[in-house]
Amino acid sequence: MAGDYIIDIQHLSKSFGGVKVLDDINFYVRRGEFITLLGPSGCGKTTLLRQIAGFINPDEGRILLEGKDISSIPPYERPLNTVFQRYALFPHLDVFDNIAFGLKLQKLPAKEIEVRVKKMLKMVSMTDYEDRSVDSLSGGQQQRVAIARALVNYPKVLLLDEPLAALDLKMRKDMQLELKEIHRKMGITFIYVTHDQEEALTLSDTIVVMNEGKIQQIGSPIDIYNEPVNCFVADFIGESNILKGRMLRDRRVAFIKHEFDCVDEGFGEDVPVDVVVRPEDIYFTTDPAKCQFKAKVNSCIFKGVHYEMWVDTDTGYELMIQDYDPYAVGTEVMLYIDPDDIQVMHKERTRNVLDAEVVDGNHVRILGAEWECEVPADASAGDILKAEIPFDKIELLDHQEDGKLAGEVHFLLYMGNHYHLTILTDDGDHLWVDTNDIWDKGDLVGIDIAPGGIKLRKADD
Amino acid sequence: MTKRSTWSIPYLVFMIIFVVLPLVLIVLYAFQDGNGHFTFSNVTRFFTDSDSLSTFALSLEVAIENTLICILLGYPAAWILANRKFNRSAVTVTLFIMPMWINALMRTLATAELFNMLGFTLGKGTLLFGMVYDYIPFMIYPIYNILMKMDNSYMEAAEDLGATPWKVFWKVTVPLSMPGVMSGVLMVFMPTVSTFAISEFLTNNKIKLFGTIIQENINSSMWNYGAALAFIMLIIIGVSSLFGGERESSAEGGLI
Amino acid sequence: MKKVFAQAYLYLLLAMLYAPLVFIAVFSFTESRVLGNWTGFSPKLYVNLFTGGMNGGSSLLAAVENTLLIALVSAAFATLLGTIAAIGIHNLKGRKRAGMQFLNNIPMINPDIITGVSLFLLFVFLHITQGYLTVILAHITFCTPYVVLSVLPKLSQMNPNIYEAALDLGARPSQALRKVLLPELRPGMVSGFLLAFTMSLDDFAVTFFTRGTIGLDTLSTYIYTDARKGGLTPELRPLMTIIFLIVLVLLVVFNLRQNRAAKSKAN
Repeated sequence: MAGDYIIDIQHLSKSFGGVKVLDDINFYVRRGEFITLLGPSGCGKTTLLRQIAGFINPDEGRILLEGKDISSIPPYERPLNTVFQRYALFPHLDVFDNIAFGLKLQKLPAKEIEVRVKKMLKMVSMTDYEDRSVDSLSGGQQQRVAIARALVNYPKVLLLDEPLAALDLKMRKDMQLELKEIHRKMGITFIYVTHDQEEALTLSDTIVVMNEGKIQQIGSPIDIYNEPVNCFVADFIGESNILKGRMLRDRRVAFIKHEFDCVDEGFGEDVPVDVVVRPEDIYFTTDPAKCQFKAKVNSCIFKGVHYEMWVDTDTGYELMIQDYDPYAVGTEVMLYIDPDDIQVMHKERTRNVLDAEVVDGNHVRILGAEWECEVPADASAGDILKAEIPFDKIELLDHQEDGKLAGEVHFLLYMGNHYHLTILTDDGDHLWVDTNDIWDKGDLVGIDIAPGGIKLRKADD
Repeated sequence: MTKRSTWSIPYLVFMIIFVVLPLVLIVLYAFQDGNGHFTFSNVTRFFTDSDSLSTFALSLEVAIENTLICILLGYPAAWILANRKFNRSAVTVTLFIMPMWINALMRTLATAELFNMLGFTLGKGTLLFGMVYDYIPFMIYPIYNILMKMDNSYMEAAEDLGATPWKVFWKVTVPLSMPGVMSGVLMVFMPTVSTFAISEFLTNNKIKLFGTIIQENINSSMWNYGAALAFIMLIIIGVSSLFGGERESSAEGGLI
Repeated sequence: MKKVFAQAYLYLLLAMLYAPLVFIAVFSFTESRVLGNWTGFSPKLYVNLFTGGMNGGSSLLAAVENTLLIALVSAAFATLLGTIAAIGIHNLKGRKRAGMQFLNNIPMINPDIITGVSLFLLFVFLHITQGYLTVILAHITFCTPYVVLSVLPKLSQMNPNIYEAALDLGARPSQALRKVLLPELRPGMVSGFLLAFTMSLDDFAVTFFTRGTIGLDTLSTYIYTDARKGGLTPELRPLMTIIFLIVLVLLVVFNLRQNRAAKSKAN
């Protein structure tokens, strides 16, 4: 079994200055696989790659290479090589000496070095460039040299840290194809880090989606696109309509105040869920029998291959639709969704649940601030209870100093008729908020709780 | 990797011995009498001696006047040098910087000799002129530097918003170049207030500045009083560097 | 019109800056012992300077030698100490780093006379006889900060992955330092060395206070003593002219080369 896994990551955790950057990471890499660590900046993907390379030591957990623990081996003794984001070519060496750097350190005979460097230059289509200074190369050429410099050592695994991020779009697309080709020819395992979901979908055999130091989902590109396990993955990969829904029973789900057939089972009856529908999976129809709901087009933009339209449903939700045919703004349209195309996801949470310390008969302390609320008669000062606060009972204010707490908009999702925000308070706690107001990621906000918004219950319930 | 931080230790030790300890010694000697007993008498002597006080006042006066004249003459020069409409020659800039690389005593001596030959009486006038001559490159250079680095779009934005060239200069260029002026002030004011050889040359030793009396005391083995005077100068430096704030990038290898 | 005024102003200032130097240069080609008295063209002062055939023997040449020797040794040590220190400081964080940078700034902000007096007191306090050693130590003290400030930007501009790339390709830390880090820092070290060298050449006050009583003279202290004796050794005129020309040529060449390098990089 273990022979199949060239890399096996077990319970890896890492903190920087008290902030957990990686939280119990577990996954394995098959020999010869092209695996991508995908996530927004700050999700921990680069830290994870640097730990595999050996530049950072893990706080906890192990990294196995072919079954051997390499966690405490320094980078220069690991049979892995890295392609860095900004290439990191040695400016004082020419192309040949850059590529030969590792081989010379191994003290290989000059003849062999030359043969291997030339072979590698050919592989990255850079023959005849060996005497050039690296400063005189374009970004794409520097990237090829960086790849050759790493591959010439025949590493067991090639680590690539956003290698194409600095290139322009056209060059990036070409290099993606070339990388794929190099991977096929060399048969070496690639671990690739990127924040570009399209790149990940194009290149990978397997994608590991990460966010906030945790793995969200591991799967093939098709699995991840078609069956995201949560709102984060659905939102991060591709365009999507993410909506609040209710699983009525097996194979029947309600959202946008309509009922639909779906293919999901086992959620239970009358359970709140999140629903994802890709914009290309909502179809226009002229047949009233097929129509599941009606809507009115409110915008239509040509996007090159398809049109992107926003429609207002008859029940007051806004949906994005992609189609090859445009519909004029103002047109009343009939729409339907195939049961196959409705992805139902478990809700991660339905309200905020926080520790509350009883202060007196009608005050509690939550997240360090005091709030007025109804305290059960049998609770006395100092008791720790659980406070439940619905998403829509938290109010966000323009100025941080106007709220009892201050925070920043950390993540936001449009849910068809309102926004669902993740707020990171200044003390590092998370709050989830539903609002109709428009905020942007990174906005600084004051935080208040609407009167009557706090419900208390016993901590052990 | 982080082990490399220990490489700063040799320099730290070196600086403690050759920078911190000597400064501590100035303070120590300033508050001791010849027999090594603690005393305030060195400091009180300075404040009760009218000669020392007037020398001190004169030094400050000359330093301030010199600094002001350097700004008044140097700022326009730096501005013209940095303005592509008026100057495109790197050699002209080099000519303005070059005197900084020639031994100041040599240049001062040359100036004094020139004054002598022209028949000027050596005194406060020649002192000021010679000082401006010595220090103006140190004012021009940092201002020129900051003006060159300044993003032209600030000026264009101001013009776009309706400011006349004169207004652009006063409301945008001058405020944005203040850090350059400040480091120029530090590079001119500090040395002028502490100089001794230069003033001796330029006035034929007729006018004594603060630096000269420190030198005279140290050289005639009046270490404690000399240290007390140096201590007073240290305080002036501390105060003026507070006003000057962080020394700008002017010294960061930009000269060469 | 504006342009004429602007350029006239620049040339007027330049004339003021260079008048004394030109004056000295002109009178270096005449024999007269009194400056300003033209007694016909003669290269005799130049001949005297190089053959030591002047009043007071060869003490002027000895002073020049001392100056160069002290500058060379101090700049070399300052470059070594400053480069190691810069690498250390670059790897420090937060308060420790700010503290080191603050200490590093002190000798640069301190006027020469304070540096000189304080080091004089140090050597007196430690009972170290003053001479070459103390002068060189003092010069290293005020030169090293400039090296640190020249090397630090090179470290922070350097792609931090370059060092890691070397480790990744199998270089041990010492090999990575030698094969990758030092070549990267070389330009900063060179300009730091040159800055330190010229700072040392230029110095008067610090040398004056730390040279002791063994009769050690650098060019600056020679000129000072000479001037206080009331007369300017005539052979100083050709020496100053030569120094003046060397500096001018070096700076112009250096600037032209730098401009060309900047231009070729921009293309």
